[in-house]
Amino acid sequence: MSNNQDENNLTGSNISGEKRTNNILGDRIFRIVLTLCATLILVIVAAMIAVMTQSSWLSIKEFGFGFLTGQNWDPIKGEFGALPFIYGTLVSAILALLIATPISVGVAVFLVEQAPKKLARPMAFLVELLAAIPSVVYGLWAIFVLAPLLRVYVQPFLQQTLGFLPFFKGTANGIGMMSGGIILAIMITPIITAVVRDVLEAVPVTQREAALALGATRWETTKIVLANANSGIAGAIVLGLGRAIGETMAITMIIGNRPEISLSLFDPGYTIASVIANEFTEATGDLYLSALIEMGLILFLVTFIVNGLAKLLILSVARQTAQSH
Amino acid sequence: MSKISVSNLNFFYGKAQALHDISIDILEHEIIAFIGPSGCGKSTFIRTLNRMNDTIPIARVEGKVTIDGKNIYEPNTDVVSLRRKVGMVFQKSNPFPKSIFENVAYGIRINGIHKNKADLNERVEKALNDAALLGEVKDRMNTSAFGLSGGQQQRLCIARALAVQPEVILMDEPASALDPIATQKIEELVVELKKQYTIVIVTHNMQQAARVSDRTAFFMLGKLVEVNRTQKMFTNPDEKLTEDYITGRFG
Repeated sequence: MSNNQDENNLTGSNISGEKRTNNILGDRIFRIVLTLCATLILVIVAAMIAVMTQSSWLSIKEFGFGFLTGQNWDPIKGEFGALPFIYGTLVSAILALLIATPISVGVAVFLVEQAPKKLARPMAFLVELLAAIPSVVYGLWAIFVLAPLLRVYVQPFLQQTLGFLPFFKGTANGIGMMSGGIILAIMITPIITAVVRDVLEAVPVTQREAALALGATRWETTKIVLANANSGIAGAIVLGLGRAIGETMAITMIIGNRPEISLSLFDPGYTIASVIANEFTEATGDLYLSALIEMGLILFLVTFIVNGLAKLLILSVARQTAQSH
Repeated sequence: MSKISVSNLNFFYGKAQALHDISIDILEHEIIAFIGPSGCGKSTFIRTLNRMNDTIPIARVEGKVTIDGKNIYEPNTDVVSLRRKVGMVFQKSNPFPKSIFENVAYGIRINGIHKNKADLNERVEKALNDAALLGEVKDRMNTSAFGLSGGQQQRLCIARALAVQPEVILMDEPASALDPIATQKIEELVVELKKQYTIVIVTHNMQQAARVSDRTAFFMLGKLVEVNRTQKMFTNPDEKLTEDYITGRFG
């Protein structure tokens, strides 16, 4: 059929005139359908913002900008401040990234550059399986295994060796910001690993060969591969960050749920997602409910801003790589 | 004297045999060209000379390749220093995502060849000069290598290979992706480099082999059919098969 058409085009024949019109009509419909799909996304996002803004209007009017900087969360007295939750969300997510990024990149490099094929495939599968474990199971594991481990061994050790730092002061709780960050790290490792693995596999073999041919060792060759992949790796990290910020169940079970800002990672904290999950069903009173919905709006904005910043970072890294290194 | 001596080399990808009983001597400071139809094993063969095939898990080698009298397939061979001694330029130019300067400096740095910063600069400039590229890039050494044209990128890759001071340079169809003018530059360069290096060049292009090489080897179906002085090879080859290929009766 396509042969036919080509011939017609070549000879400028008129026979297919009607058929061409049909094709153009088809293209138009195709374009309209695609445009609708794309618009739908924008409409959904706009609708979500509109509805959340409307539902939280009571709280926005009552507290104004002070909602963001307020540190008290006392539903009984009618005081609502979001700062401890924003702090808890960001700190636990950043902690998770600090732990998960090197591990994920390491696993991905091992899978792509070092492991024999026979080992790499089942191992990659296992890593991806980690992503399939329900988050409530992670939460339980954190309560029964991770927290006691931290309380009895890790935190006392950190206190003795690095106790002069504000992050490792106070009582070893087990349950708190540190265990929250670690559980998030475990949860986002599979996704970062999977994306980094794809990125590394996309680096052309010719880059590895170029390095090897110059007498590079495996480690030096790997550095070349990573130099090729760094904007992709940054993208993977952003993906992990998004997940860490939005994660609810596991972190709610382990972070301690106390709306306080403390530099110490041993102390309990609270995240935005956790407070919504914990208190939404028992929110009595319109202002309380409205404040929780405003929290949702803030979570939305935080994710938005963090992603935006990360995108900018990737762009600048990519530009640097392209220009000079 | 012979720089590289290959005797009874067999090469396998898994069960498939890609090279059959190859024996050849490559002399110091000569340019030897490998020609033959696609899939004849000439690229596979050139990659056995610096053990580049090691990266392929299912590859297996039998026989001997000695360079300066040492069999490079001995178990205790230091592959890293072997590859420093036997440099390679690939079919597609493959600069690193770094600046022009850093591309050339890379091999010098990882091998710790330079004494200090000034020495490094000097070596980078010399390599670029030897690769006939310095004049075109000296004002933009710190810009990305990706900003160069295809031919310039390939000469950059040659400069990068020269910078580590190899003794042998393997070139796997170095000009096949380039236009005629860039190709001509590469060819002139190859002839110029002969003074200092032993050069093995794989090429699809018989005219190219005729123009640049001292000797030519003709491969067919994984076998080495004939090695001869290039002039003789293209005027009066010993083998009927060679003549058929060169005169374009097949291939």
